[in-house]
Amino acid sequence: MLHTLVVYVEDKPGVLNRVASLFRRRAFNIDSLTVGHTETPGVSRMTIVCDADPAAARRVEANIYKLVDVLRVDDITDQPAVERELAMIKVAASHETRGQIIQLADVFRARTVDVSNDSLIVEITGSGDKIERLLDVLKPFGVLEMVRTGRVAMARGPRPASKLEDRFAGEDAHEEPGVSYSV
Amino acid sequence: MKRTGAQIIWESLLRQGVSTVFGYPGGAILPAYDAMTQYPMRHILVRHEQGATHMADGFARATGQVGVAIATSGPGATNMVTGIATAMLDSSPIVCITGQVGSKLIGSDAFQETDITGVTLPITKHNYLVTRADDVAPTIREAFHVAASGRPGPVLIDITKDAQQSSAEFDWDAAEPKLRGYRPDRRPAPVDYQKAIALIKNARRPVILAGRGIIQSEAGQQVVAFAERTQTPIAMTLLGLGGVAASHELNLGMMGMHGEAWVNTAIQEADLLLAFGMRFDDRVTGNLKTYAPHAKKIHIDIDPAEINKNVPVDVALVGDLREVLVELLPHVPVAEHVEWLARINELKGDSAVRDIQNLPDNGHLYAAHVINDIWRETDGNAIVVTDVGQHQMWEAQYYKHNTPRSLITSGGLGTMGFALPAAIGAKIAKPDAEVWVVVGDGGFQMTMCELATVMQENIDINVAIINNGFLGMVRQWQEFFYEKRYAATPLVNPNFTKLAEAFGLTGITVTKRGEVVPAVRAARNHKGGVVIDFQVEQEDSVYPMVPAGADLHAMIRRPSPIVETAADA
Repeated sequence: MLHTLVVYVEDKPGVLNRVASLFRRRAFNIDSLTVGHTETPGVSRMTIVCDADPAAARRVEANIYKLVDVLRVDDITDQPAVERELAMIKVAASHETRGQIIQLADVFRARTVDVSNDSLIVEITGSGDKIERLLDVLKPFGVLEMVRTGRVAMARGPRPASKLEDRFAGEDAHEEPGVSYSV
Repeated sequence: MKRTGAQIIWESLLRQGVSTVFGYPGGAILPAYDAMTQYPMRHILVRHEQGATHMADGFARATGQVGVAIATSGPGATNMVTGIATAMLDSSPIVCITGQVGSKLIGSDAFQETDITGVTLPITKHNYLVTRADDVAPTIREAFHVAASGRPGPVLIDITKDAQQSSAEFDWDAAEPKLRGYRPDRRPAPVDYQKAIALIKNARRPVILAGRGIIQSEAGQQVVAFAERTQTPIAMTLLGLGGVAASHELNLGMMGMHGEAWVNTAIQEADLLLAFGMRFDDRVTGNLKTYAPHAKKIHIDIDPAEINKNVPVDVALVGDLREVLVELLPHVPVAEHVEWLARINELKGDSAVRDIQNLPDNGHLYAAHVINDIWRETDGNAIVVTDVGQHQMWEAQYYKHNTPRSLITSGGLGTMGFALPAAIGAKIAKPDAEVWVVVGDGGFQMTMCELATVMQENIDINVAIINNGFLGMVRQWQEFFYEKRYAATPLVNPNFTKLAEAFGLTGITVTKRGEVVPAVRAARNHKGGVVIDFQVEQEDSVYPMVPAGADLHAMIRRPSPIVETAADA
């Protein structure tokens, strides 16, 4: 099944490479990986979607956390979360079809962000499923080009308690009770 | 105070307690070497950078302290790769410092430029590229902390030439590590202790599996206390040997591919496995589908990524083994397990008994005899450093290690060429210890250039070459699994005795059983390096053997009466 991991890392050169390299090295499958700045200077946040059974996902999590530059790992797969992906789709559009395409895009709450004589660009934000469904209806018009960001995710409500120790959030980590790795 | 980056390297190493480094100079590390002359640092000049890493590794394994290797950029750095991977697989704390081309030249394919942090990314615990003199001290301090803490491992620091040449304020106190995410100090959850205690209470046929973790966390005493309190027999991994005295009555000996039959059978019949600082390597489990089918499993390890990696376990206690056992011990019930121990004795009874000393001399020289004689002559008190292959397994079977860190061997990576340089490192770490290298004729030739280091540094070690004229373990596999097609395994060897003499060392050739003990005694009495060429039976095999991927209890047993006898004392 697909697991969504939120990974906080030091904003340093090479950290993305270390994380990506780990997946290759341990033969874990990455479905998507996004990275960007956070509310805290010096800390970057990755959303990693990987295909793994629950035991393997636990090992992915433990292995990522072993990287010295990783601050915190949360597996938010089973938590209520907002998950979004952005896609831009360039569709062939003549004078006859343009209106039709824009109407379809509207149904999906997608926006038309560029128009030329024989094509237009539709921008959509949403779940991967929603993007796939829009793509299906646009395909008959001719999809010329597509780019997707990969998934970003955020758990709903207050920040989730990490299954792994959380030094990033507090100084009192040593006082925490031990951590269970038994399944 | 202002110092150059090069000076800061040595200032920092001295403050980390380093007194010896193993290295080889070159262009990009030259500023560091030039500055070294101002500091009280012993530098061992190796003959190949791989040797420097194995020496640092041997130093670390003999002491538990961080070993340091140093090399130049490009080929100097890439030559370290095998040694770094060796240290990684066996969780050995070493710090490797490499020179790098000037920071302005990085990425330009400059002379002797290699992206060594990229190359070593998957085989280091962590690595660093340092491009400013200001970062040298904090990086070295952090590197030592990372290398030695938690599950130890190799750390590489690549320092550009301009970072060595430029100056910075040297402030050791300010260089204290500030790692926000790195948490080596793990403790298990109370609920897992409760689960573990319940499993231990209910066990009728428990077995402890003791790995390198018992040596790393210095938990031998606690493991023995646990075993005695609960009357639980202990099976050892190769890298655990010495962690519990071989002479202890509950110590069954080595498990796995070349473990004794009773050890593997006990594991297969067990109803509880207590994995103490080991990682269920394929060489100790055999076929995972049929591994210990009746057993519940408790896994104690410092590395959470090892939990459920190869073998799913019922309870995991992630933390320092010694601390966990100290916590656990008062809560585990005293037990007897009379029937279970009797069962194991019964298993032992039908297996080879390993006192081979009094066997009649049939004119053949067997490796087992050589190693057994070295064990007897040294009273089991030497540090033995082995290479990889048949001799390594015979050593594990016939040299009985009673103290931690007395066996140094490349287990996980299985690096041929490890023994000689690692022994040099061990001897430098423990100058008063008697150090023996037990090495095959193949592996010896991979790093025999380090005999020059033995000569130059006047290292007092004894090298026992178990010379069978073959790459013996590969030959054995060819015999068992490839119908004796000996593809590329016969060796035509140089005259090792003359070779030793060419390096200014003493060489002895042994071809008969009766010559073994006199040769061992001569080597022990000689100050300085000795190489003994033991020309042993060519097509002898290591028994018992669990073929790769086979069930752990499906062993090929000893067919030969020469090393099998019931005449134990």
